[in-house]
Amino acid sequence: MKVFNFHLMPYRHADLDAIEKNGSAWVTYSNRHYDPDKGAELYHEYLDQMELADRLGFDGVCLNEHHQTAYGMMPIPGVLAGALARSVKRAKLAVLGRALPLLNNPLMVAEEYAMLDNLTRGRFIAGFVRGIGAEYHAMGINPVQSQGRFAEAHDLIVRAWTEPGPFAYTGKHYQFNYVNPWPRPCQRPHPPIWIPSQGSSSTIRWAAAMRYTYAQTLSPIAVVARFFQMYRDEAEKAGYQASPDQLAWSNTIYVAETDEKAMREARPHLEALVNRFLKMPIEMLLPPGYSNIESMKRVRAAKVTGKTSSIEDLVKTGVVIVGSPNTVREKLAEYQDLAGFNTSLTKTQFGTLPDDMARANMTAIAQEILPHFRNRAPQGKQQAAAE
Amino acid sequence: MADQTMLMMAVRGCNVGLMRGGAGQPLVILHGASGAGTWLPFMRSLADTYDVVVPEHPGFGASDTPDWLDNIHDLAYFYLDILDQLDLRAVHLIGVSLGGWIAAELAIRSTRRLSSLTLVDAAGIHVPGVEQIDTFLRTDEQRIRDFFHDQALADEMVARLLKPELEDVTMKNRVATARLVWQPRGYDPNLHKWLHRIDVPTLLVWGANDRLFPKDYAFAWQRLIPGSKVAIVPECGHVPHVEKPSVFVSELQSFINGMRAAA
Repeated sequence: MKVFNFHLMPYRHADLDAIEKNGSAWVTYSNRHYDPDKGAELYHEYLDQMELADRLGFDGVCLNEHHQTAYGMMPIPGVLAGALARSVKRAKLAVLGRALPLLNNPLMVAEEYAMLDNLTRGRFIAGFVRGIGAEYHAMGINPVQSQGRFAEAHDLIVRAWTEPGPFAYTGKHYQFNYVNPWPRPCQRPHPPIWIPSQGSSSTIRWAAAMRYTYAQTLSPIAVVARFFQMYRDEAEKAGYQASPDQLAWSNTIYVAETDEKAMREARPHLEALVNRFLKMPIEMLLPPGYSNIESMKRVRAAKVTGKTSSIEDLVKTGVVIVGSPNTVREKLAEYQDLAGFNTSLTKTQFGTLPDDMARANMTAIAQEILPHFRNRAPQGKQQAAAE
Repeated sequence: MADQTMLMMAVRGCNVGLMRGGAGQPLVILHGASGAGTWLPFMRSLADTYDVVVPEHPGFGASDTPDWLDNIHDLAYFYLDILDQLDLRAVHLIGVSLGGWIAAELAIRSTRRLSSLTLVDAAGIHVPGVEQIDTFLRTDEQRIRDFFHDQALADEMVARLLKPELEDVTMKNRVATARLVWQPRGYDPNLHKWLHRIDVPTLLVWGANDRLFPKDYAFAWQRLIPGSKVAIVPECGHVPHVEKPSVFVSELQSFINGMRAAA
């Protein structure tokens, strides 16, 4: 298994009561609550953590993109990827991903990612996402056009990387007389493309057909297993057998000496993540047209946005793994076998977790967990596919 | 009080729902973002005097969502086609909220088949500095309440409209609305430049207490459409034709009668 250090870069000094009062840390949570002096320190703290992950032996570091929120301070992840491209010496560098439909010029992602791939001499992983619903409120992009813009932007970027330019592109949403980006990507034909998603069946089908690595965001492990099975089924329909390397589970891991200590230490920070930083009203999460009506009804019926989760809930359902080294090893192996993935995208800092605890967690994971998983592939029913 | 028939009609391959009742000069009503709904009291009352035609916009309710539907301009041209296909002449065109925007876009393109234009708490233009509700961040219930000044009436409407069996059509209408109004939010930055082209008598009916498009909007439209008249309905929110149907009908009647007297 490959383990990546996935950072959301939350504004961890956020006033949690003010977020609760506002109903969300997104879009309408005033940036008056952002203290630039603290924010500047946080960027350096988080970039230092990513560099530490590289030295500790994590296989990669991951950034992502969110707008107008205390949940994550990476509206332009390429800035941070640029900062890390030279200081992260060995690990892969992944942006998971840029939200393509939010852009009026997707060619700039073709350029940005190609630059990062050159800067890292081919250690770059290119993530493409649609962005969550809140982003369509924040960025003034019509959610009804989300899927169409994503599909077109993706096609344009891949063509820009693989077809000799200049050529003309005429789409419904994007038109260019000259597609001819310099530089071209370092990796041939292009950097690996990864597709993070909340589990939309159309996205899973498409990612499987394109043989892109599919990354499942924050979900109970049973749900993750079901979506990964859907991916393997879709791959079979597309005429090939999916490898566990094409499946990545996005999780949170916290390790301390004992289960009890780990739970106690992680509790406030993890609960701040799920109950404050992630909270938003359903109208913000799912603007009309962002998903088809059936999925919108399913999410609305589940009332996901109203629930409050305790760390016990998150551990029990396997959204996160928290415990002693032994517990974490057991759970991670169990979940790997259950869901059949070979990449773990692990948040080691989460919510309000301070720097010293995040670094201790990363060090513990590197010492106690990573060595046991370096050569481990999914066992049991996924074994055949792994070989 | 005249009853109506409901039918589906195909226009250039797009099936649209249509309510029609009464007889007389044609009066076409373009509905707002929440859909055509049912044959409302104000329609029933107008059908005593007019041939009342209430089409359901492509994308809404029982109508198809055609591939060509991207923006309000598409609907403006589509309704010009509908007027041609039904061969309606000397139409009194009423546009409510989102439908008002469509009606104004239609009228700047051609008033050939129009006798008058009435915009009711219409979207379509932007007035800087006027506070408006972001309906896309409101819950289903809040969105119904926002329409009304009288919250007792809002209670009744919430009870009537927030039903599981209406969820599918409500969501379909929300998606269609987002497609048409999301960005720029509820207006076309170019529309105001061409409103001088409207050369039929125009009435602007507005709820005095509209929180979606406050009454400053009525006066902004009035400045842009030559010779247009404003009728402010007191103690009334965004939907005067529903909240104050008798006031609405009498304002409309006296406007149309005034036109006749002038002619």
